[in-house]
Amino acid sequence: MRSVAITVNGERRELQLEPRELLVYVLRERLALTGTNVGCDTSSCGACTVLLDGESVKSCTVLGVQADGCEITTIEGLAMNGALHPVQQAFHEQHALQCGYCTPGMVMAAVSLIESGEAGSEKAIREGLEGNLCRCTGYHNIVKAVAAAASVTA
Amino acid sequence: MIPAAFDYEVATSADHALSLLGSDPDAKLIAGGHSLIPALKLRVARPSKLVDIGRLGELAYVRDAGDKLAIGALTRYKALRDDALLQEHCPIVSTTAGLVGDPQVRHRGTIGGSLAHGDPASDLPAVMLALGAELVIRGGVGERIVPATQFFTGVFQTAIGPGEMLTEIRVPKLTGATGWSYVKLSRRAQDWATVAVAALVHRDNGGLAAASIALTNMGATPLRATAVEDALTAGAKPTEAAEHMADGTDPPSDVAASAEFRAHLARVVGKRAIEEALSR
Ligand SMILES: Cc1cc2nc3c(=O)[nH]c(=O)nc-3n(C[C@H](O)[C@H](O)[C@H](O)COP(=O)(O)OP(=O)(O)OC[C@H]3O[C@@H](n4cnc5c(N)ncnc54)[C@H](O)[C@@H]3O)c2cc1C
Ligand code: FES
Ligand code: FES
Repeated sequence: MRSVAITVNGERRELQLEPRELLVYVLRERLALTGTNVGCDTSSCGACTVLLDGESVKSCTVLGVQADGCEITTIEGLAMNGALHPVQQAFHEQHALQCGYCTPGMVMAAVSLIESGEAGSEKAIREGLEGNLCRCTGYHNIVKAVAAAASVTA
Repeated sequence: MIPAAFDYEVATSADHALSLLGSDPDAKLIAGGHSLIPALKLRVARPSKLVDIGRLGELAYVRDAGDKLAIGALTRYKALRDDALLQEHCPIVSTTAGLVGDPQVRHRGTIGGSLAHGDPASDLPAVMLALGAELVIRGGVGERIVPATQFFTGVFQTAIGPGEMLTEIRVPKLTGATGWSYVKLSRRAQDWATVAVAALVHRDNGGLAAASIALTNMGATPLRATAVEDALTAGAKPTEAAEHMADGTDPPSDVAASAEFRAHLARVVGKRAIEEALSR
């Protein structure tokens, strides 16, 4: 067991972790933040995407102990005072989800993409979301939502 | 999928990492973890201990070193892609780094991990081979410099010995006389290359003086396409030279492509790479 301190959605969490515990399970099972989904568990689908120090990562491919001292943002950490984050709002308005399974990861990947200034064109958005799979929507409305959110946050 | 249990230590310096590694023969370094963690989850890797070098800031850099650029082994793909020195003096590295995996992978994976892993399907190894990069390997007794031609020894095998680590990669600065290209073909976005070709062409008095061509995923290691290089320097057109792209290779057959199809793709992709390099 190893003592770690991870700031999750702005709150410092002290935990005793086994080194083999994956970040996604630390979030889901230890901290009950079940918004982050596990899709493939093989770093292919992006459903488990969270922000680590502001950058998108697949939390099924990060050890909890690697996040010691870092800041993690999950889908639960985006809305402020009951108001949806611009990316969440845009997903809602543009009908960018159907079953919703990919959505938390898709939204977190989009937040990272917009914050790094890489959502400037439709092509950039499509390429920037290549690590996230959606089996329902066909992606068009997701791309529209990210473009809309990028234009309001710019 | 849950990895088997292991111990975990955070290295605070390269020397600390080497001493932790030296104290346990079954210990392994972890950098970005984007090759190692999937292997741990499949339990094909079962180290007794992980030594985390992922946060060694002292090994995350790109520096001007005269006629070369020195790249710290812990530099992540995103930092390579966005680095102004690489973009100016060795754009084949920054551009190729931007083609690896997807943004999430590029936020974690490191150049050192990519080279040390020795996967012939990875992108940066062939680029290092084409560039004639030098790899700095540090062990308990000091440093040695291994040329890329001697670094990749087999599938998942490199010249890094037990108790050693890769600390720096040195690549030449390219001048305007050198054209470059890395053309990667994969079945789906985010995938490893089915086949890819790195091409550098050195021009002299309007003609082609020398070419350096390396192949990804056409054998157990990245390979130089020497028959193509020779044909180009002897004056062959890209189309003719590219016919030799698969000569002497031993490509794998897998779900992405048969060996035969890979040989065909190498010729097609290789021709495009040479033409793009000549146009730059
Ligand atoms: C979804 C996905 C897609 C990917 N797509 C691509 C792709 O298109 N192209 C591509 O090239 N790669 C791809 N990769 C692999 C990725 O590039 C890995 O990041 C890289 O191969 C390993 O780098 P790392 O820093 O993550 O190393 P780790 O996984 O931490 O380490 C890999 C191995 O190298 C050893 N090691 C690490 N650093 C050192 C060092 N400094 N000295 C000595 N040994 C060391 C470790 O002990 C381990 O054995 C992909 C990975 C994923 C998960
Ligand atoms: S669950 Fe992590 S990438 Fe699919
Ligand atoms: S909305 Fe169902 S997987 Fe994307």
